[in-house]
Amino acid sequence: MKNNVPQTTAALWDDPSIVAIRRDMLRFAQLQLRDSGAAEDMVQEALMAAMSNAKSFAGRAALKTWMFAILRNKIVDYIRSSSREICGSDFIQNPGADTDIQDFDALFDRRGFWNPDDRPATWSDPDASLEQKEFWAVFDACLNNLPEQIARVYMMREFLEFETGEICRQLGISNGNCWVILHRARMGLRECLENRWFQGGAIA
Amino acid sequence: MMNCKEATRLMSEGYERKLTLRERLALKMHRLMCIGCTNYGKHLGFLRRAAQRLREGGAGSER
Repeated sequence: MKNNVPQTTAALWDDPSIVAIRRDMLRFAQLQLRDSGAAEDMVQEALMAAMSNAKSFAGRAALKTWMFAILRNKIVDYIRSSSREICGSDFIQNPGADTDIQDFDALFDRRGFWNPDDRPATWSDPDASLEQKEFWAVFDACLNNLPEQIARVYMMREFLEFETGEICRQLGISNGNCWVILHRARMGLRECLENRWFQGGAIA
Repeated sequence: MMNCKEATRLMSEGYERKLTLRERLALKMHRLMCIGCTNYGKHLGFLRRAAQRLREGGAGSER
């Protein structure tokens, strides 16, 4: 029985659907870790774990969701175990953080109200975009445009579902600081999507 | 009246902590009068849904 395992596994890995899922997993891991070696390892480990616990799924989408859940857990473990290396000293010392706040200040007038040109527009049927491959390419690009540390906090929060408190502890920053970083990430991401994807939507 | 800079910050913080009653009311008042911030609030909701889709593997070329 044991002898069959490597063979079965190898056969599964060559299956076109697994190859496609693996590619998407790798993209996801690279987005979080910005380290292709570590990302490759995480995906490999997640696939191994998935294969050794495989059960049946109602379709490929459900299988993929499950494999992504395993991958997220692997990435979370990895981040927790290496938190000392990525810890927050660069957050506190990084002067770039303040510059970014000022950039967003430019969106508002002196009294803190939207400049007419920067006022968020009405997006028509944004959820339809979630089905489009091109949208996700823009979304990736917008994430990559964020300052690295801001993107890291945002992804820990939104993609890996860390509690804000844990992110703050790991990075050695205050809750308030963490909220400001998340606010900046959302503001930057929103603006980027509006400019690069939703532009053309009528302003109501 | 609360300004847009403050309103956008609070809308984001609303995902991280429970806003006080006073904050929620001020935000509501502001949004009633500000289409930009009303849109902003909807966009944050959209970002949430996009993030969920991405973390569940639904953002790829293959479903």
